[in-house]
Amino acid sequence: MRVDWFPLWLSLEVAGVATLISLALGLWIAWLLANREFPGRDALDAAAMLPLALPPTVLGYYLLVVIGRSSWIGQAWEAVTGSPLVFTWKAAVIASTLHAIPLMIKSSRAALESVDLACERAARSLGASEWRLFWRISLPLARRPIAAAAVLAFARSLGDFGATLMVAGDIPHRTQTAAIAIFDAVESGDTLTARVLVIVISILTAAVVLVANRLERRRVAR
Amino acid sequence: MLRATIAKRFAPGPDSAGFSLSVEFEAPAGVTALYGPSGSGKTLTLDSVAGFSAPDSGRILLNDRILFDSGANVHLPPRDRQCGYVFQHDALFPHMTVRANLAFAASRLPRLERHRRIAELLDRFRIADLAGRYPHELSGGQKQRASIARSLIAKPDVLLLDEPATGLDAVLRAELHSIILEIRELLAIPILLVTHNPEECFALANQVLVYSAGAILHRGSPLDLLRNPGSVEAARLLGDFNIYEAEVLSLDPGRQTSRIRLLDTEIEGPHLRGCFLGDRVTLCARPEELQIATKPGGNRVRADLLRVTERTQGVRADFGSELIVDTSRAGWADLKDAPGWWIEIPAATLRQVATSKLSAYRT
Repeated sequence: MRVDWFPLWLSLEVAGVATLISLALGLWIAWLLANREFPGRDALDAAAMLPLALPPTVLGYYLLVVIGRSSWIGQAWEAVTGSPLVFTWKAAVIASTLHAIPLMIKSSRAALESVDLACERAARSLGASEWRLFWRISLPLARRPIAAAAVLAFARSLGDFGATLMVAGDIPHRTQTAAIAIFDAVESGDTLTARVLVIVISILTAAVVLVANRLERRRVAR
Repeated sequence: MLRATIAKRFAPGPDSAGFSLSVEFEAPAGVTALYGPSGSGKTLTLDSVAGFSAPDSGRILLNDRILFDSGANVHLPPRDRQCGYVFQHDALFPHMTVRANLAFAASRLPRLERHRRIAELLDRFRIADLAGRYPHELSGGQKQRASIARSLIAKPDVLLLDEPATGLDAVLRAELHSIILEIRELLAIPILLVTHNPEECFALANQVLVYSAGAILHRGSPLDLLRNPGSVEAARLLGDFNIYEAEVLSLDPGRQTSRIRLLDTEIEGPHLRGCFLGDRVTLCARPEELQIATKPGGNRVRADLLRVTERTQGVRADFGSELIVDTSRAGWADLKDAPGWWIEIPAATLRQVATSKLSAYRT
Protein backbone atom coordinates (compact mmCIF):
# COMPACT_ATOMS: atom_id res chain seq x y z
CA MET A 1 0.00 0.00 0.00
CA ARG A 2 1.43 3.34 -0.99
CA VAL A 3 1.12 6.55 0.99
CA ASP A 4 -0.43 9.45 -0.91
CA TRP A 5 1.78 12.47 -0.35
CA PHE A 6 -0.49 14.94 -2.12
CA PRO A 7 -2.30 16.13 1.05
CA LEU A 8 1.03 16.96 2.67
CA TRP A 9 2.27 19.03 -0.28
CA LEU A 10 -1.10 20.76 -0.49
CA SER A 11 -0.98 21.54 3.21
CA LEU A 12 2.51 23.01 2.94
CA GLU A 13 1.46 25.08 -0.04
CA VAL A 14 -1.73 26.31 1.59
CA ALA A 15 0.05 27.06 4.90
CA GLY A 16 2.88 28.88 3.05
CA VAL A 17 0.53 31.15 1.14
CA ALA A 18 -1.70 31.66 4.21
CA THR A 19 1.35 32.63 6.27
CA LEU A 20 2.45 35.19 3.70
CA ILE A 21 -1.02 36.71 3.57
CA SER A 22 -1.46 36.74 7.35
CA LEU A 23 2.02 38.26 7.72
CA ALA A 24 1.19 41.14 5.39
CA LEU A 25 -2.37 41.69 6.59
CA GLY A 26 -1.58 40.91 10.23
CA LEU A 27 1.35 43.32 10.35
CA TRP A 28 -0.76 46.07 8.90
CA ILE A 29 -3.58 45.53 11.39
CA ALA A 30 -1.06 45.15 14.24
CA TRP A 31 0.56 48.44 13.25
CA LEU A 32 -2.83 50.17 13.11
CA LEU A 33 -3.77 48.85 16.56
CA ALA A 34 -0.38 49.74 18.03
CA ASN A 35 -0.02 53.23 16.55
CA ARG A 36 -3.31 54.74 15.59
CA GLU A 37 -6.33 56.01 17.46
CA PHE A 38 -9.42 55.73 15.27
CA PRO A 39 -13.12 55.09 15.71
CA GLY A 40 -13.80 51.37 15.77
CA ARG A 41 -10.34 50.51 17.02
CA ASP A 42 -11.70 48.43 19.89
CA ALA A 43 -14.11 46.69 17.52
CA LEU A 44 -11.25 45.84 15.14
CA ASP A 45 -9.18 44.62 18.08
CA ALA A 46 -11.99 42.31 19.16
CA ALA A 47 -12.81 41.17 15.63
CA ALA A 48 -9.15 40.31 15.02
CA MET A 49 -9.18 37.98 18.02
CA LEU A 50 -12.55 36.39 17.20
CA PRO A 51 -11.23 33.56 14.98
CA LEU A 52 -9.14 32.42 17.93
CA ALA A 53 -12.19 32.05 20.14
CA LEU A 54 -14.88 30.85 17.71
CA PRO A 55 -15.31 27.12 17.04
CA PRO A 56 -13.69 26.35 13.63
CA THR A 57 -16.97 25.13 12.19
CA VAL A 58 -18.68 28.38 13.12
CA LEU A 59 -15.84 30.25 11.46
CA GLY A 60 -16.24 27.99 8.43
CA TYR A 61 -19.93 28.67 8.28
CA TYR A 62 -19.38 32.43 8.29
CA LEU A 63 -16.81 32.02 5.56
CA LEU A 64 -19.29 30.05 3.46
CA VAL A 65 -21.76 32.86 3.90
CA VAL A 66 -19.20 35.48 2.90
CA ILE A 67 -17.41 33.76 0.00
CA GLY A 68 -20.02 31.16 -1.03
CA ARG A 69 -21.39 31.07 -4.57
CA SER A 70 -24.47 33.06 -3.62
CA SER A 71 -22.55 35.83 -1.81
CA TRP A 72 -21.52 38.93 -3.74
CA ILE A 73 -17.82 38.20 -3.14
CA GLY A 74 -18.26 34.68 -4.46
CA GLN A 75 -20.23 35.91 -7.47
CA ALA A 76 -17.69 38.64 -8.22
CA TRP A 77 -14.89 36.08 -8.03
CA GLU A 78 -16.75 33.75 -10.32
CA ALA A 79 -17.44 36.56 -12.79
CA VAL A 80 -13.76 37.50 -12.93
CA THR A 81 -12.10 34.08 -12.87
CA GLY A 82 -14.85 31.93 -14.35
CA SER A 83 -14.81 29.40 -11.54
CA PRO A 84 -16.19 29.40 -7.99
CA LEU A 85 -14.00 30.21 -5.00
CA VAL A 86 -15.40 27.69 -2.53
CA PHE A 87 -14.19 24.10 -2.65
CA THR A 88 -10.84 25.05 -4.18
CA TRP A 89 -7.40 25.23 -2.56
CA LYS A 90 -7.79 29.03 -2.55
CA ALA A 91 -10.71 28.67 -0.15
CA ALA A 92 -8.45 26.51 2.01
CA VAL A 93 -5.92 29.36 1.98
CA ILE A 94 -8.58 31.81 3.14
CA ALA A 95 -9.69 29.49 5.95
CA SER A 96 -6.09 28.90 7.06
CA THR A 97 -5.30 32.60 6.94
CA LEU A 98 -8.25 33.36 9.16
CA HIS A 99 -7.18 30.59 11.49
CA ALA A 100 -3.62 31.94 11.76
CA ILE A 101 -4.08 35.69 11.68
CA PRO A 102 -5.15 36.37 15.31
CA LEU A 103 -1.87 34.94 16.55
CA MET A 104 0.04 36.99 14.00
CA ILE A 105 -1.75 40.20 15.00
CA LYS A 106 -1.38 39.64 18.72
CA SER A 107 2.33 38.82 18.60
CA SER A 108 3.27 41.49 16.05
CA ARG A 109 1.34 44.11 17.95
CA ALA A 110 3.21 43.24 21.16
CA ALA A 111 6.47 43.27 19.20
CA LEU A 112 5.75 46.65 17.60
CA GLU A 113 4.67 48.12 20.92
CA SER A 114 7.88 46.95 22.57
CA VAL A 115 10.04 48.99 20.17
CA ASP A 116 11.73 51.78 22.13
CA LEU A 117 9.46 54.82 21.93
CA ALA A 118 12.49 57.12 22.02
CA CYS A 119 13.84 55.48 18.84
CA GLU A 120 10.52 55.98 17.06
CA ARG A 121 10.31 59.58 18.24
CA ALA A 122 13.90 60.20 17.20
CA ALA A 123 13.11 58.90 13.71
CA ARG A 124 10.03 61.11 13.47
CA SER A 125 11.86 64.23 14.58
CA LEU A 126 14.63 63.40 12.09
CA GLY A 127 12.07 63.83 9.33
CA ALA A 128 11.01 60.21 8.73
CA SER A 129 7.53 59.49 7.37
CA GLU A 130 5.47 56.81 9.10
CA TRP A 131 6.18 54.51 6.15
CA ARG A 132 9.95 54.97 6.44
CA LEU A 133 9.77 54.69 10.22
CA PHE A 134 8.01 51.34 9.89
CA TRP A 135 10.37 49.80 7.33
CA ARG A 136 13.63 51.23 8.63
CA ILE A 137 13.13 51.30 12.42
CA SER A 138 10.08 49.52 13.83
CA LEU A 139 10.15 46.40 11.64
CA PRO A 140 13.92 45.76 11.88
CA LEU A 141 13.80 46.22 15.66
CA ALA A 142 10.80 43.91 16.05
CA ARG A 143 11.84 41.45 13.35
CA ARG A 144 12.64 38.49 15.61
CA PRO A 145 9.35 38.27 17.51
CA ILE A 146 7.49 38.98 14.26
CA ALA A 147 9.39 36.17 12.50
CA ALA A 148 8.61 33.90 15.44
CA ALA A 149 4.94 34.80 15.13
CA ALA A 150 5.02 34.07 11.38
CA VAL A 151 6.57 30.67 12.03
CA LEU A 152 3.86 29.84 14.58
CA ALA A 153 1.22 31.12 12.18
CA PHE A 154 2.59 28.65 9.64
CA ALA A 155 2.21 25.84 12.16
CA ARG A 156 -1.35 26.87 12.91
CA SER A 157 -2.25 27.10 9.21
CA LEU A 158 -0.81 23.64 8.71
CA GLY A 159 -3.13 22.23 11.33
CA ASP A 160 -6.44 23.87 10.39
CA PHE A 161 -9.23 21.33 10.03
CA GLY A 162 -12.74 22.54 10.71
CA ALA A 163 -12.86 25.79 8.77
CA THR A 164 -10.96 24.30 5.82
CA LEU A 165 -13.33 21.34 5.67
CA MET A 166 -16.33 23.67 5.63
CA VAL A 167 -15.19 25.97 2.78
CA ALA A 168 -12.79 23.81 0.79
CA GLY A 169 -14.37 20.42 1.36
CA ASP A 170 -12.62 17.09 1.26
CA ILE A 171 -11.94 16.48 -2.41
CA PRO A 172 -8.99 14.07 -2.81
CA HIS A 173 -6.18 15.51 -4.95
CA ARG A 174 -7.85 18.89 -4.99
CA THR A 175 -8.65 20.24 -1.55
CA GLN A 176 -7.79 17.42 0.82
CA THR A 177 -5.14 18.82 3.18
CA ALA A 178 -3.03 16.66 5.49
CA ALA A 179 -5.18 17.30 8.56
CA ILE A 180 -8.28 16.22 6.64
CA ALA A 181 -6.49 13.29 5.02
CA ILE A 182 -5.50 11.98 8.47
CA PHE A 183 -9.15 12.09 9.55
CA ASP A 184 -10.19 10.30 6.36
CA ALA A 185 -7.47 7.69 6.74
CA VAL A 186 -8.48 6.92 10.30
CA GLU A 187 -12.14 6.74 9.29
CA SER A 188 -11.41 4.33 6.45
CA GLY A 189 -8.99 2.22 8.48
CA ASP A 190 -5.89 3.23 6.45
CA THR A 191 -3.62 3.24 9.50
CA LEU A 192 -0.40 3.40 7.48
CA THR A 193 -1.31 6.70 5.80
CA ALA A 194 -2.65 8.05 9.07
CA ARG A 195 0.52 7.16 10.97
CA VAL A 196 2.93 8.45 8.32
CA LEU A 197 1.09 11.75 8.00
CA VAL A 198 0.80 12.13 11.77
CA ILE A 199 4.53 11.51 12.23
CA VAL A 200 5.55 13.87 9.42
CA ILE A 201 3.21 16.64 10.60
CA SER A 202 4.41 16.19 14.21
CA ILE A 203 8.06 16.42 13.21
CA LEU A 204 7.37 19.45 11.02
CA THR A 205 5.41 21.22 13.74
CA ALA A 206 8.00 20.42 16.40
CA ALA A 207 10.72 21.84 14.16
CA VAL A 208 8.68 24.95 13.52
CA VAL A 209 8.03 25.49 17.24
CA LEU A 210 11.74 25.02 17.95
CA VAL A 211 12.60 27.68 15.38
CA ALA A 212 9.99 30.03 16.84
CA ASN A 213 11.35 29.58 20.34
CA ARG A 214 14.89 30.26 19.15
CA LEU A 215 13.79 33.43 17.39
CA GLU A 216 12.01 34.67 20.47
CA ARG A 217 14.80 33.81 22.85
CA ARG A 218 17.60 35.51 21.00
CA ARG A 219 17.66 39.12 22.05
CA VAL A 220 17.91 41.82 19.42
CA ALA A 221 21.57 42.60 19.75
CA ARG A 222 21.84 45.14 17.04
CA MET B 1 13.78 82.66 18.08
CA LEU B 2 11.32 80.24 19.62
CA ARG B 3 8.12 81.62 21.14
CA ALA B 4 5.84 79.28 22.99
CA THR B 5 2.59 79.52 24.90
CA ILE B 6 1.61 76.06 26.04
CA ALA B 7 -1.30 74.87 28.18
CA LYS B 8 -2.09 71.25 28.76
CA ARG B 9 -4.15 69.46 31.40
CA PHE B 10 -4.13 65.85 32.41
CA ALA B 11 -7.22 64.96 34.40
CA PRO B 12 -6.64 63.09 37.64
CA GLY B 13 -6.92 59.34 37.11
CA PRO B 14 -7.00 56.27 39.36
CA ASP B 15 -3.21 56.26 39.63
CA SER B 16 -2.30 59.86 38.93
CA ALA B 17 -3.07 63.07 40.73
CA GLY B 18 -3.54 64.97 37.50
CA PHE B 19 -1.23 67.63 36.15
CA SER B 20 -1.53 70.89 34.36
CA LEU B 21 1.14 72.72 32.44
CA SER B 22 0.82 76.39 31.64
CA VAL B 23 3.92 78.17 30.42
CA GLU B 24 4.87 81.03 28.18
CA PHE B 25 8.44 81.78 27.17
CA GLU B 26 10.74 83.06 24.49
CA ALA B 27 14.01 81.35 23.68
CA PRO B 28 16.43 83.35 21.57
CA ALA B 29 19.58 81.84 20.07
CA GLY B 30 21.68 80.39 22.87
CA VAL B 31 20.98 77.97 25.68
CA THR B 32 17.71 78.25 27.58
CA ALA B 33 17.76 75.89 30.55
CA LEU B 34 14.47 74.39 31.73
CA TYR B 35 15.33 73.82 35.34
CA GLY B 36 13.17 72.22 37.99
CA PRO B 37 12.33 69.03 39.84
CA SER B 38 11.11 65.87 38.12
CA GLY B 39 7.49 66.04 37.08
CA SER B 40 7.37 69.83 36.79
CA GLY B 41 6.60 69.81 33.06
CA LYS B 42 10.03 70.37 31.54
CA THR B 43 10.03 67.36 29.24
CA LEU B 44 6.37 67.92 28.38
CA THR B 45 7.36 71.40 27.19
CA LEU B 46 10.09 69.87 25.02
CA ASP B 47 7.67 67.28 23.65
CA SER B 48 5.16 69.99 22.80
CA VAL B 49 7.80 71.92 20.86
CA ALA B 50 8.93 68.76 19.07
CA GLY B 51 5.34 67.79 18.25
CA PHE B 52 5.15 64.58 20.29
CA SER B 53 2.48 66.05 22.51
CA ALA B 54 -0.32 68.36 21.42
CA PRO B 55 -1.10 71.14 23.91
CA ASP B 56 -4.75 71.79 24.72
CA SER B 57 -4.26 75.39 23.78
CA GLY B 58 -1.49 77.78 22.91
CA ARG B 59 0.84 78.70 20.11
CA ILE B 60 4.39 77.70 19.24
CA LEU B 61 6.34 79.80 16.78
CA LEU B 62 9.79 78.97 15.51
CA ASN B 63 11.38 81.79 13.51
CA ASP B 64 7.88 82.98 12.64
CA ARG B 65 6.94 79.53 11.37
CA ILE B 66 3.82 78.26 13.15
CA LEU B 67 4.47 74.81 14.61
CA PHE B 68 1.32 74.77 16.70
CA ASP B 69 -1.66 77.02 17.01
CA SER B 70 -4.78 75.79 18.76
CA GLY B 71 -6.81 78.72 17.45
CA ALA B 72 -5.95 78.07 13.81
CA ASN B 73 -5.96 74.28 14.31
CA VAL B 74 -2.32 73.93 13.25
CA HIS B 75 -0.33 71.00 14.62
CA LEU B 76 2.65 70.18 12.43
CA PRO B 77 3.81 66.57 12.69
CA PRO B 78 7.26 66.11 14.29
CA ARG B 79 8.90 65.37 10.95
CA ASP B 80 8.03 68.82 9.58
CA ARG B 81 9.19 70.82 12.60
CA GLN B 82 12.94 70.92 12.05
CA CYS B 83 13.65 70.21 15.69
CA GLY B 84 16.80 68.37 16.69
CA TYR B 85 15.90 66.23 19.71
CA VAL B 86 18.52 64.59 21.91
CA PHE B 87 16.92 62.06 24.22
CA GLN B 88 17.86 61.21 27.78
CA HIS B 89 19.26 57.83 26.75
CA ASP B 90 20.79 58.60 23.35
CA ALA B 91 18.01 56.77 21.35
CA LEU B 92 20.46 55.76 18.64
CA PHE B 93 18.98 53.11 16.35
CA PRO B 94 20.52 49.93 17.76
CA HIS B 95 20.46 48.02 14.47
CA MET B 96 22.39 50.67 12.55
CA THR B 97 26.02 51.74 12.66
CA VAL B 98 26.86 55.28 13.72
CA ARG B 99 27.25 56.24 10.07
CA ALA B 100 23.90 54.68 9.16
CA ASN B 101 22.29 56.53 12.08
CA LEU B 102 23.61 59.81 10.69
CA ALA B 103 22.68 58.85 7.14
CA PHE B 104 19.10 58.15 8.26
CA ALA B 105 18.89 61.72 9.51
CA ALA B 106 20.47 63.09 6.33
CA SER B 107 18.02 61.49 3.92
CA ARG B 108 16.31 64.77 3.13
CA LEU B 109 19.54 66.50 2.12
CA PRO B 110 20.62 66.53 -1.53
CA ARG B 111 22.77 63.47 -2.31
CA LEU B 112 26.05 65.37 -2.74
CA GLU B 113 25.61 67.37 0.42
CA ARG B 114 24.61 64.30 2.39
CA HIS B 115 28.04 62.67 2.38
CA ARG B 116 29.83 65.93 3.02
CA ARG B 117 27.56 66.73 5.94
CA ILE B 118 27.91 63.27 7.52
CA ALA B 119 31.70 63.42 7.21
CA GLU B 120 31.73 66.92 8.66
CA LEU B 121 29.73 65.97 11.73
CA LEU B 122 31.56 62.68 12.29
CA ASP B 123 34.69 64.77 12.31
CA ARG B 124 33.46 67.59 14.48
CA PHE B 125 32.15 65.26 17.17
CA ARG B 126 35.28 63.09 17.03
CA ILE B 127 33.40 59.94 16.12
CA ALA B 128 34.87 59.41 12.63
CA ASP B 129 36.79 56.35 13.89
CA LEU B 130 33.61 54.91 15.33
CA ALA B 131 31.47 55.39 12.23
CA GLY B 132 31.35 51.66 11.49
CA ARG B 133 30.41 50.61 15.00
CA TYR B 134 27.01 49.76 16.38
CA PRO B 135 25.65 51.73 19.38
CA HIS B 136 26.17 48.80 21.75
CA GLU B 137 29.88 48.95 20.93
CA LEU B 138 30.16 52.59 22.09
CA SER B 139 30.74 54.10 25.53
CA GLY B 140 28.12 56.37 27.12
CA GLY B 141 29.93 59.54 26.09
CA GLN B 142 30.47 58.34 22.52
CA LYS B 143 26.80 57.44 22.23
CA GLN B 144 25.75 60.88 23.42
CA ARG B 145 28.15 62.55 20.94
CA ALA B 146 26.78 60.43 18.10
CA SER B 147 23.25 61.25 19.18
CA ILE B 148 23.95 65.00 19.19
CA ALA B 149 25.70 64.74 15.82
CA ARG B 150 22.66 62.92 14.42
CA SER B 151 20.27 65.58 15.71
CA LEU B 152 22.29 68.32 14.00
CA ILE B 153 22.66 66.64 10.58
CA ALA B 154 19.54 68.14 9.06
CA LYS B 155 20.40 71.65 10.31
CA PRO B 156 17.54 71.99 12.80
CA ASP B 157 16.07 75.37 13.69
CA VAL B 158 16.01 74.48 17.39
CA LEU B 159 17.91 71.90 19.43
CA LEU B 160 16.08 70.16 22.27
CA LEU B 161 18.24 68.41 24.88
CA ASP B 162 16.42 66.25 27.42
CA GLU B 163 18.79 65.74 30.35
CA PRO B 164 21.60 64.70 28.04
CA ALA B 165 24.03 64.21 30.94
CA THR B 166 21.98 61.46 32.58
CA GLY B 167 24.18 58.50 33.34
CA LEU B 168 27.44 60.23 32.41
CA ASP B 169 30.28 60.48 34.93
CA ALA B 170 31.92 63.80 35.85
CA VAL B 171 34.57 63.66 33.10
CA LEU B 172 32.06 62.83 30.37
CA ARG B 173 29.67 65.44 31.72
CA ALA B 174 32.37 68.09 31.43
CA GLU B 175 33.03 66.92 27.86
CA LEU B 176 29.32 67.10 27.05
CA HIS B 177 29.20 70.62 28.48
CA SER B 178 32.04 71.74 26.26
CA ILE B 179 30.25 70.24 23.26
CA ILE B 180 27.06 72.12 24.12
CA LEU B 181 29.03 75.35 24.54
CA GLU B 182 30.69 74.70 21.18
CA ILE B 183 27.29 74.23 19.52
CA ARG B 184 26.08 77.41 21.22
CA GLU B 185 28.96 79.35 19.70
CA LEU B 186 28.78 77.69 16.31
CA LEU B 187 25.06 77.65 15.57
CA ALA B 188 22.88 80.64 16.21
CA ILE B 189 19.82 78.56 17.11
CA PRO B 190 17.80 78.30 20.33
CA ILE B 191 18.86 75.34 22.44
CA LEU B 192 16.40 74.15 25.09
CA LEU B 193 18.17 72.17 27.78
CA VAL B 194 16.15 70.22 30.32
CA THR B 195 18.11 69.72 33.50
CA HIS B 196 17.74 69.40 37.22
CA ASN B 197 21.37 70.11 37.89
CA PRO B 198 21.95 73.74 38.97
CA GLU B 199 25.63 73.56 38.02
CA GLU B 200 24.60 72.67 34.47
CA CYS B 201 22.33 75.72 34.37
CA PHE B 202 25.06 78.05 35.48
CA ALA B 203 27.72 76.51 33.25
CA LEU B 204 25.72 76.46 30.02
CA ALA B 205 22.64 78.63 30.06
CA ASN B 206 22.11 82.15 28.80
CA GLN B 207 18.64 82.05 30.26
CA VAL B 208 17.12 79.85 32.96
CA LEU B 209 13.42 79.06 33.29
CA VAL B 210 12.72 77.73 36.78
CA TYR B 211 9.89 75.20 36.56
CA SER B 212 7.68 74.12 39.41
CA ALA B 213 4.42 72.15 39.22
CA GLY B 214 3.74 72.97 35.59
CA ALA B 215 4.50 76.68 35.71
CA ILE B 216 7.53 78.88 35.23
CA LEU B 217 8.25 80.27 38.65
CA HIS B 218 11.06 82.59 37.71
CA ARG B 219 13.24 83.39 34.77
CA GLY B 220 16.44 85.23 34.08
CA SER B 221 20.12 84.82 33.45
CA PRO B 222 21.88 82.39 35.79
CA LEU B 223 23.56 85.30 37.55
CA ASP B 224 20.27 87.12 37.99
CA LEU B 225 18.81 84.04 39.60
CA LEU B 226 21.77 83.79 41.94
CA ARG B 227 21.44 87.44 42.85
CA ASN B 228 17.71 87.33 43.18
CA PRO B 229 15.88 84.02 43.16
CA GLY B 230 12.59 85.95 43.37
CA SER B 231 10.62 83.52 45.50
CA VAL B 232 11.15 81.13 48.37
CA GLU B 233 10.28 78.20 46.14
CA ALA B 234 12.74 79.24 43.43
CA ALA B 235 15.43 79.73 46.08
CA ARG B 236 14.71 76.23 47.41
CA LEU B 237 14.76 74.77 43.90
CA LEU B 238 18.01 76.45 43.00
CA GLY B 239 19.42 74.88 46.14
CA ASP B 240 22.19 76.14 48.33
CA PHE B 241 20.30 79.12 49.67
CA ASN B 242 20.02 79.80 53.38
CA ILE B 243 16.45 80.95 53.87
CA TYR B 244 15.48 83.13 56.87
CA GLU B 245 12.32 84.50 58.35
CA ALA B 246 12.89 88.01 59.75
CA GLU B 247 10.82 90.74 61.37
CA VAL B 248 11.06 94.32 60.18
CA LEU B 249 12.09 96.57 63.09
CA SER B 250 12.78 99.81 61.26
CA LEU B 251 13.11 101.09 57.72
CA ASP B 252 15.44 103.74 56.37
CA PRO B 253 14.46 104.31 52.74
CA GLY B 254 16.87 107.28 52.52
CA ARG B 255 19.92 105.14 53.17
CA GLN B 256 18.29 102.11 51.56
CA THR B 257 18.71 100.02 54.67
CA SER B 258 16.57 98.53 57.40
CA ARG B 259 16.87 96.95 60.82
CA ILE B 260 15.54 93.43 61.13
CA ARG B 261 15.34 90.72 63.77
CA LEU B 262 16.85 87.55 62.32
CA LEU B 263 17.61 84.41 64.36
CA ASP B 264 16.78 86.40 67.52
CA THR B 265 19.46 88.97 66.75
CA GLU B 266 18.92 92.52 65.60
CA ILE B 267 20.99 93.19 62.51
CA GLU B 268 21.14 95.61 59.62
CA GLY B 269 19.05 94.46 56.68
CA PRO B 270 18.84 95.40 53.02
CA HIS B 271 16.40 97.84 51.47
CA LEU B 272 13.03 96.08 51.75
CA ARG B 273 10.43 96.70 49.10
CA GLY B 274 6.79 97.11 50.03
CA CYS B 275 7.30 96.53 53.75
CA PHE B 276 6.05 98.22 56.88
CA LEU B 277 7.19 97.99 60.47
CA GLY B 278 6.27 94.69 62.01
CA ASP B 279 5.96 92.83 58.70
CA ARG B 280 7.67 89.50 58.37
CA VAL B 281 9.94 88.99 55.42
CA THR B 282 11.65 85.95 54.00
CA LEU B 283 15.24 86.56 53.04
CA CYS B 284 17.85 84.32 51.52
CA ALA B 285 21.63 84.33 51.32
CA ARG B 286 24.13 82.07 49.59
CA PRO B 287 26.53 79.96 51.67
CA GLU B 288 29.62 81.43 50.01
CA GLU B 289 28.56 84.98 50.93
CA LEU B 290 28.41 84.43 54.68
CA GLN B 291 31.54 84.75 56.74
CA ILE B 292 32.69 82.93 59.82
CA ALA B 293 34.11 85.11 62.61
CA THR B 294 35.51 84.26 66.00
CA LYS B 295 34.25 87.39 67.78
CA PRO B 296 30.86 89.07 68.01
CA GLY B 297 30.35 92.21 65.96
CA GLY B 298 28.04 94.02 63.54
CA ASN B 299 25.61 91.80 61.69
CA ARG B 300 26.98 88.71 63.38
CA VAL B 301 24.89 85.98 64.97
CA ARG B 302 26.11 83.44 67.47
CA ALA B 303 26.32 79.92 66.04
CA ASP B 304 27.19 76.42 67.15
CA LEU B 305 28.87 74.12 64.70
CA LEU B 306 26.88 71.04 63.71
CA ARG B 307 29.12 69.46 61.11
CA VAL B 308 31.70 70.17 58.45
CA THR B 309 31.59 68.46 55.06
CA GLU B 310 34.34 68.37 52.50
CA ARG B 311 33.47 69.66 49.06
CA THR B 312 35.45 69.81 45.86
CA GLN B 313 35.96 73.57 46.11
CA GLY B 314 36.46 73.85 49.87
CA VAL B 315 34.53 73.00 53.00
CA ARG B 316 30.92 73.52 53.99
CA ALA B 317 30.33 74.31 57.64
CA ASP B 318 26.79 73.74 58.88
CA PHE B 319 25.90 75.76 61.98
CA GLY B 320 22.25 74.72 61.94
CA SER B 321 19.31 77.19 61.71
CA GLU B 322 20.04 77.81 58.01
CA LEU B 323 23.54 79.00 58.77
CA ILE B 324 25.44 77.06 56.17
CA VAL B 325 28.72 78.63 55.15
CA ASP B 326 31.09 77.66 52.33
CA THR B 327 34.68 78.61 52.90
CA SER B 328 38.13 77.68 51.68
CA ARG B 329 40.07 74.85 53.29
CA ALA B 330 42.83 77.26 54.38
CA GLY B 331 40.28 79.66 55.83
CA TRP B 332 38.62 76.90 57.82
CA ALA B 333 41.98 75.62 59.09
CA ASP B 334 42.50 79.00 60.80
CA LEU B 335 39.00 79.05 62.28
CA LYS B 336 38.26 75.53 63.30
CA ASP B 337 39.94 75.65 66.72
CA ALA B 338 38.27 78.88 67.82
CA PRO B 339 36.39 78.71 71.16
CA GLY B 340 33.19 80.05 69.56
CA TRP B 341 31.83 81.15 66.21
CA TRP B 342 29.76 84.05 64.95
CA ILE B 343 28.37 84.15 61.44
CA GLU B 344 28.48 87.49 59.70
CA ILE B 345 25.53 88.08 57.37
CA PRO B 346 26.33 91.25 55.39
CA ALA B 347 23.16 93.21 54.69
CA ALA B 348 23.86 93.26 50.94
CA THR B 349 23.82 89.46 50.73
CA LEU B 350 20.26 89.19 52.00
CA ARG B 351 17.65 89.07 49.22
CA GLN B 352 14.03 89.54 49.89
CA VAL B 353 12.02 86.62 48.47
CA ALA B 354 8.68 87.01 50.23
CA THR B 355 6.76 89.34 52.55
CA SER B 356 3.91 88.54 54.93
CA LYS B 357 2.02 91.65 55.82
CA LEU B 358 1.45 92.40 59.46
CA SER B 359 -1.99 93.61 58.35
CA ALA B 360 -2.74 90.11 57.18
CA TYR B 361 -2.40 88.90 60.73
CA ARG B 362 -4.40 91.78 62.14
CA THR B 363 -7.49 91.38 59.95
